[in-house]
Order: sequence, then C-alpha cells, then structure tokens
Amino acid sequence: MRKVLLATFLGSAAALAVGGASANDELNKMAQNPKDWVMPTGDYANTRYSKLNQINAQNVGKLQVAWTFSTGVLRGHEGGPLIIGNMMYVHTPFPNKVYAIDLSNENKIVWKYEPKQDPNVIPVMCCDTVNRGLSFGDGKIFLHQADTTLVALDAKTGQVAWTAKNGDPSKGETGTSAPMVVKDKVLVGISGGEFGVQAHMTAYDIKTGKVAWRGFSEGPDDQILVDDKTTALGKPVGKDSSLKTWQGDQWKIGGGATWGWISYDPELNLVYYGSGNPSTWNPKQRPGDNKWSMTIWARNPDTGVAKWVYQMTPHDEWDYDGVNEMILSDQSINGQPRKLLTHFDRNGLGYTLDRATGELLVAEKYDPKVNWTSGVDMDKNSPTYGRPKVLDAASTDKAGEDHNVKGICPAALGTKDEQPAAYSPDTQLFYVPTNHVCMDYEPFKVSYTAGQPYVGATLSMYPPAGESHMGNFIAWDGKTGKIVWSNKEQFSVWSGALATAGNVVFYGTLEGYLKAVDAKTGKELYKFKTPSGIIGNVTTYENGGKQYIAVLSGVGGWAGIGLAAGLTDPTAGLGAVGGYAALSNYTALGGTLTVFSLPAN
Amino acid sequence: MRKICSVIAAMIFVASGGIAVAEGPGDPTAVKKEDDGKWLDKEGNPTYKISADGTVDWFTYSGYRRYHSECHVCHGPDGMGSTYAPALKDSVKSMSYGDFLGVVASGRKNISTAQENVMPAFGDNPNVACYMDDLYVYLRARSDEAWGRQRPAKKDEKNEVYTKAEDACMGHK
Repeated sequence: MRKVLLATFLGSAAALAVGGASANDELNKMAQNPKDWVMPTGDYANTRYSKLNQINAQNVGKLQVAWTFSTGVLRGHEGGPLIIGNMMYVHTPFPNKVYAIDLSNENKIVWKYEPKQDPNVIPVMCCDTVNRGLSFGDGKIFLHQADTTLVALDAKTGQVAWTAKNGDPSKGETGTSAPMVVKDKVLVGISGGEFGVQAHMTAYDIKTGKVAWRGFSEGPDDQILVDDKTTALGKPVGKDSSLKTWQGDQWKIGGGATWGWISYDPELNLVYYGSGNPSTWNPKQRPGDNKWSMTIWARNPDTGVAKWVYQMTPHDEWDYDGVNEMILSDQSINGQPRKLLTHFDRNGLGYTLDRATGELLVAEKYDPKVNWTSGVDMDKNSPTYGRPKVLDAASTDKAGEDHNVKGICPAALGTKDEQPAAYSPDTQLFYVPTNHVCMDYEPFKVSYTAGQPYVGATLSMYPPAGESHMGNFIAWDGKTGKIVWSNKEQFSVWSGALATAGNVVFYGTLEGYLKAVDAKTGKELYKFKTPSGIIGNVTTYENGGKQYIAVLSGVGGWAGIGLAAGLTDPTAGLGAVGGYAALSNYTALGGTLTVFSLPAN
Repeated sequence: MRKICSVIAAMIFVASGGIAVAEGPGDPTAVKKEDDGKWLDKEGNPTYKISADGTVDWFTYSGYRRYHSECHVCHGPDGMGSTYAPALKDSVKSMSYGDFLGVVASGRKNISTAQENVMPAFGDNPNVACYMDDLYVYLRARSDEAWGRQRPAKKDEKNEVYTKAEDACMGHK
C-alpha cells in the first residue's frame, strides 16, 4: 500500500521537477502518454483520440464492466475523470465534489473535497447544475465551482492551495466549465448567457490564483483585448469593432458566455474557444451584429490579445451558442498541408478554418435538415463574405416580436451542443454526437433584472417532420464538409465521443447505453446499459497493463429538461407514439462512473 | 375521484412535513370575466376558459408563452417537469392560488441528502411578476388536462385594459 502510493507521488514529482519548465511543457509531455488522460479534452488539440489499441474492433464485443463508482449525486453528470499515473480524479455536479481514487489499490478514495456553496446558486444555473470537469497542472487539480470559485487543490492531499472568484452568482454568473491549464496559467470561462452577463475568458496565475488577463466577449477594445493586428477573415477588425454592433450600452448585458472547451496550439502559441449567444433571445431587442458573441476566438495565452476572430452567427435569432469545442488537426486540403481548426456549431454548420490565420475553408451543414440558412458566402470578394445567408422563413427577427416562427431546424439545442466530438488521425474523420431536433420560436419583449433570467422567447421542440429519431452519431470529413456515415439514435446524443487506435469509437446515449462502433463503417460492435442516461464524455486509460474505458452516467443537463418529459409532440392527439416516447420510460436519475475492460485472456 | 384526492393529500403531507391538509384550487369553472379578459371561478380565483372549438382565453395563451420563456428551462415543456424540477401541472393540483403566488414570488428550497432543489424568488423579476395570473391560469388548464401539450392555435385577443396594465407593470412606454 505505502509502496504503491509512494510510486504515484514519485511519478508526479518527477514530472514537476523539470527545473524552470512551465506546467505547459510538463502537461504537453504527459499528454503524449496514452496511459493517462491528463486534460478534460484528452489533449491540447481536443481530439479525444487515444493511441491505446488493446481494445480493438475485433475484441470490443467482449467488453465487460470492470468496476463502478457511485458519486453520491443525482444530477446531470457531464465531462469525465482525469487519470494521472495510478490516480483517478472524479468530479460531480453541484455540490461539486472531487474524489481522488487510487486505481492500484482497489480504487480506494485517497481524498475527497466538497466545497461549501450557497444553494441559491442552483436556480441561477440555466439547465441543471452540471460541471464539465477538472484540470491538472503544477501538482494541482483545478475545479471551477458552481458559485464561480476557481479552486486549486493539492493533487496529493486535496488541500486547498488557493481560490479565486471568477464571477458573481447574484448577477447570474455561474461556473460549469472545465478549466484548462496553458503554460503558467489556468484559463476558465463563465456561464450566464440567459442572465445577461458580460461574459469573459480569464487567465489565472497557476501559482497564486491572481488574474493575469481577462478578455470579454463584447465591449470596448481594452475589455475584449483586441489591437490593430487583430483580424477577422483576413482583415483588421478596426477600432470599436464590438461597440459599433450594439445599440447603446446593451453590450454590458450582452451575454456571449464562454462555458465550452478550450484548445491550444503550442507552436502557434494560440488558445481557441467559442463565445455563446447574445442576451436576450429576442433579436428585435438588440439590433446589430452583436459582436463578438457567437464567435471563434484565437487568443495569445500570455497576454490574452486576440490574433483573429470569426463570428459564425451575426445577430443571433435562435440561441445558436458558439461555445462548442475547436478541434485542431493537421491535414492536407487540395494537396496542401494545413493547420486546421474544425468546429461543429450549434447552428448546424461544420466549419474548417486555417487556425494560424482564421481563413475560412469549409462551412457545410452536418445535418441535412438544417433549414435556417442556405449556406455561408464563401466568395472572398463579396461584401457578405463569411456570413450565413439567413432564409426569411426561419428569421425570427423578420417575423418580429409576438410572432411564432415554425419548423426551424436545428432547435436551440443546436445540431450539437457541448458534447465534444472526437478526431482520429488514422481515419482522418471526426466523430460527432448530434441532436436532430427542430423548433418553433417566438420572441417577445423582456426587461432586464440583474440575477434574473433574461430570455424573451418561447420555444417548443420536436423531431424533424416525418421523423421520429432525435439524434444521429456521424462521421464527418472536415476537409470536404461531408457526412461519411450516420447512425440514427432515438434520442439526442449528448455524450462526448472517444476515438482510439483500436479502430473503435465510443459514445454514450441518453437511454444510458455505452456504445462502441467501427471507426470506418459505424457498425455497432458493443453496447451496455449503464445505470442512468449518459451525458458524460467517454475516456480511456491504461493501468497495470490493461486498457480501460470509463464513462459517467447521470441524466440531466439541457437534455434532461425537454427530453425527460418527452419533447413537445406536434401531432399530439393524432395518435403518434413510439419515437416520441419520453426518456423517463428508459432511464432515471443517477450518478455512476462505469469502467470497462476486456476479460482476462 | 376519492382516490385522486388521497394521492394529493399524501403529496402535501410529504411536502410540508405533515402539517397542512390538501387544498387544491377547486372547481375550475369560469363564472365571471374581468375587464382585462381574465376569467374567475366561483371563489374569485383566476381560471381558464376554453371554448369547444379550442379557442383559449388570452390569459391561458399568454401563460403558455411566458411559461415557455421563464419556467421551462427548469420545469420542462408544457409543465411536464425535468430531471431536476417538479412537473408544475401536478404541483398546482395541491396548491391554492395564494400558495402559488407565494412560491413564485418568494421561492422555496427543498434540500435533502439526495436532492437539492431550489426555486428562486421571482417577485422582483417583471418578466414573471407581471404575468403571475397568466402563468397560473395556463398551469391550471394543464393540471386539469383542459389544455394539452401544444401551443394554443386559437385565442382571444389581448384587450386594451390588459395592454395598459402590462405596459405599466413592465415599465414600457
């Protein structure tokens, strides 16, 4: 026992003892070791790909449950555990417990952290009390609590090293996102797009917790951290690029939340993330492009200054948050090797950009049902270059307040929400968990009160006309913008995918299945029903020479709102049943980590 | 009928630690119409009025709309509940009109080892506070299954008295 523990600590001590090397060098090195899972996103490129291949397409059908762990919390469990050496770190939704588990000693709990938080933060969290996970660096575990406290815990003991307050829940600011360690800083975003917050990305000093920089999503140039070199689609953004696109000082309650995942390119020294919807959901009430909500940001992690930005959905009319992950890959387009960034937006378009310059290369629908736009203007000489063409029939702004616009696809949930896709360099394909849901949307006037919901639209959601399934799991070619294969799922796929060198891709379903499919064909190879619906991300690691697959189950999140009750059935009363059946017929609340492995021999 | 009553009584018993007795909203039949288009039951509490052809009164429609902006992110579509908040179409069965106003205005907490349900106070939020009766009427119609899981297609129009009161409450000019 003592020996095992000692070995762990030596392992992490060795990693830390690289002289003046920053946490970044340490993490970069650790992320190369496929036995560990040291970042919430697997690696800095956000690929969620593992080189482990003990479990492969031939033997995955024999997978068994190796062990399980109850978190003791019954809310929506997003994210997944970290694995560092023989230690596993598991987080929970509010009250945001953290467990440190020794994988080499009967999965014993080495330490547990449970913060004391004011439960009044709970209702300020839009859409359940989720938390998307932990980060590691400099010998510490970082947790972004619901009440926006960023806490650094000693990875060995669970002792609090420092705390920082990232926001104010009484103004509707909450913490749900996973922090990310980049160099000597901890980056963390903020939630509250439905409460009119002025959202930001903030970098904290990894040693002290002091703010190094804070870049807002909207506001004056010195708040959004842009300068005369910052570009959008190759051209300088110019002075007051954000202020000019808001009426009066509406930017102060402009939203643009930053609760998605963060990626990093160490060579280009740029971090990437997306900003969310402008507040309110009533577009009539906030004329203008509302920059830089709905934007892909590329910032220098040392200074926070933006190198480039790209706004995907100017003047949002549907709540298509731009927060989804940016996956970095190196692939050739037209025979030319490119440094790419691929992003599956809530608005239903899959974007591929040059991540060094922000040049737009591909923007195509990754669900054929997407009907709010006819596509993005790709003509560099056009005055509307890079803008989506909004179709009148889906424009809630054109219809105006108190008018119900029907049959818009996708719904506000997006064709994909936070559930991260995976990328395999073996197949050069992206594996994308998607929603297949449409909506009616009626905006109306609302007034702003600090700390109160600031929504201003009525929605109802349902599967596309004539269809009964509400999700797809797809393989996507980011170079051409084409779906390679697509598997139907009865409910939205709200679980982060995992791609592996074993030619197997894993994901979870809202009914609670962990599924394994063939990376090339999508053929289902294995499924197992875990105790509750899965909105967590699938993770893999190796311990004692054996490969494991781990996933949190615990239904909830935004998926738990509509789907638990069954989405609105537009043909109710006409006898339609079956596909629209409520999720509550399949699963109930839970909070369990389920870990799989192959049987001995 | 008797069976339903005893179920409601049991729910109240659990919810309040066993002090209260069931007090539902009673007979929903609309007997009187106010100047702002609001119907009242014989006790003088707001209620719905739905015609045989499916035309709903303005309050039911307005409540549908406000519910799906302010309430549904926790309480689910059509008052059906979510994984973390109760189904209000059932909750209002065991609440009086006064109880409803009190909970919406002041919030409530229901924290146990297994669940941490917290409803915020909406008394200071005009988007909710100005539409309490609208929400109540809509949920009362849902609780009686007088209105189903769909958007009202036909409705009485908003009248001038209502519009004036709404603008004053919301601070619109």
